[in-house]
Amino acid sequence: MIEVTDLTKRYAGRTAVAGISFAVNRGEIVGLLGPNGAGKSTTMRILSTFLPATSGTVRVAGYDVFHDSVEVRRRIGFMPENNPLYLEMRVREYLKFRARLKGLGWARSRQRVDTVMEQCGLTDVRRRIIGQLSKGYRQRVGLADALVHDPELIILDEPTIGLDPNQIRSVRQLIKSLAGNHTVLISTHILPEAEMMCSRMLIMFEGKILAADTPENLQHQMAGNSQVIAEIAAPMAELHRVWQEVPEIEQFDISAAEGEFFRCALTPRDGYDLRPQIFALAREHGWTLRELTRSRHSLEDIYVQVTRRNEEEKENG
Amino acid sequence: MSIFLTLARRELAALFLSVTGYIIIAAVTLLIGLGFVVFLTNLGSDPTLVPVTEMFYSSYFFWLILLVAGPVITMRLFALEKSSGTYENLMTTPVSDVAVVAAKFAAALVFYLIMWLPLLACLGVVSRFTQQPGALDPGAIGGTYLGIFLVGALFLSLGCFASAISRTQMGAAMIAFVLGVALFSLGFLASALPATAQWQSNFLSYFGVFGQMRDFARGVVDTRSVIFYVSLTLFFLFLTLRAVESRRWK
Repeated sequence: MIEVTDLTKRYAGRTAVAGISFAVNRGEIVGLLGPNGAGKSTTMRILSTFLPATSGTVRVAGYDVFHDSVEVRRRIGFMPENNPLYLEMRVREYLKFRARLKGLGWARSRQRVDTVMEQCGLTDVRRRIIGQLSKGYRQRVGLADALVHDPELIILDEPTIGLDPNQIRSVRQLIKSLAGNHTVLISTHILPEAEMMCSRMLIMFEGKILAADTPENLQHQMAGNSQVIAEIAAPMAELHRVWQEVPEIEQFDISAAEGEFFRCALTPRDGYDLRPQIFALAREHGWTLRELTRSRHSLEDIYVQVTRRNEEEKENG
Repeated sequence: MSIFLTLARRELAALFLSVTGYIIIAAVTLLIGLGFVVFLTNLGSDPTLVPVTEMFYSSYFFWLILLVAGPVITMRLFALEKSSGTYENLMTTPVSDVAVVAAKFAAALVFYLIMWLPLLACLGVVSRFTQQPGALDPGAIGGTYLGIFLVGALFLSLGCFASAISRTQMGAAMIAFVLGVALFSLGFLASALPATAQWQSNFLSYFGVFGQMRDFARGVVDTRSVIFYVSLTLFFLFLTLRAVESRRWK
């Protein structure tokens, strides 16, 4: 569905995207992850034909975004960053206007507008002025706009930014429900969000793609040295002794928690999952165990790790 | 075609859905009315054979409206969309750049013509109370409106161009105003040139917006000035189109 080859975008004196290549297959939900300024929005703007590339080729549904830009635009639904809308229009009026712009006939646009309003939960506010809606509703109007002409490819630039948890959940569910019939490319800087929605993630940093894999594989790669946190009520000295005796624990750190509990941060050797063993030890010694978690990697850890790996490769090569 | 109409309708609706449109119309109505109060006082003491429309065109009010309304109507067209980000939404739908420019210009032109309707009412009042049918013949009114239409189209195309190259409405309005005043002043340059500069003054007299408008107000339609206005308007619309397309060259 999307084929990007050696895409580079330079603004005056600054390289926003530095020679990236990737492909997205039909029906996939792909997340573009990265911190602010990584080049996600620029990439999406080029994909949606809004900006030209400095070099490289981008093909969407087999059409070149530069030479066949109208054909590409017919096939995509794009929600830009910050979801700009005509605030003075009413919801239904706006969606009908957008449907007509996207080339839908009168009857078809009416029918599609009703469908997407239903799908995005906008039926109750269809007569309201967009400028008076809450941010969550506006976001849904933006989504409904991206969906209104039933495009093959949907590009959403940070669709859940600034929403409250309930709204985020409903937007996520909506996006997940699009899988299969549509190809979706979403950008986000929230890792759990991408994990929940996407079948594949592309991690961008400083204009380059550093990693591209399924969320599970990425998490697995990272799990190598993910810490286990255990809160246990036991004498400190005993904890010390036991942790030292376990060969799979590479490093540990014990700090006092409230009451008689101690918080132990345990780093395993080589991706070993310590949790079952800790439970077994607690039972064996008669400790009270009140918390046992494996700390998940945040996106930041992944950047740090991936960029470090990149630098090492540079030094070695 | 249907996309053009959809776009033009939205642009026009945007002017009426915001306060801006009403403020412009109110201000213009006030200026037209003031202009007429001034003539009627003058006419009462000082009768003349000059048609009312010609008197009106040569007043400050007429040119003030023309020079200021153009930039104010057009400044929002592209600049507002760019600053609010909706430009990205618009340009990623399968509409051609030509349709966007044409629709925005057409909407501005329709609004501009609506804005001039109060003038008809004022002329009606004059003809009702002077009881002089000759003071106000259809030819002069038709000519005046043709002039208003042509001069307005030119100033609006200047405004479109200014808006297309600006990021903010303020910048767009200022560029449009400067371009408009420059064009307006160009015509006066012809008479200021020495008599020896024959071809220069001939050339500059084509830009005599003020003089050409006088003919229109008398009901005289000179094809040369019609062609002049239409071609200059198209030229600036062409520049606007290029400015919109320039996004793809950067």
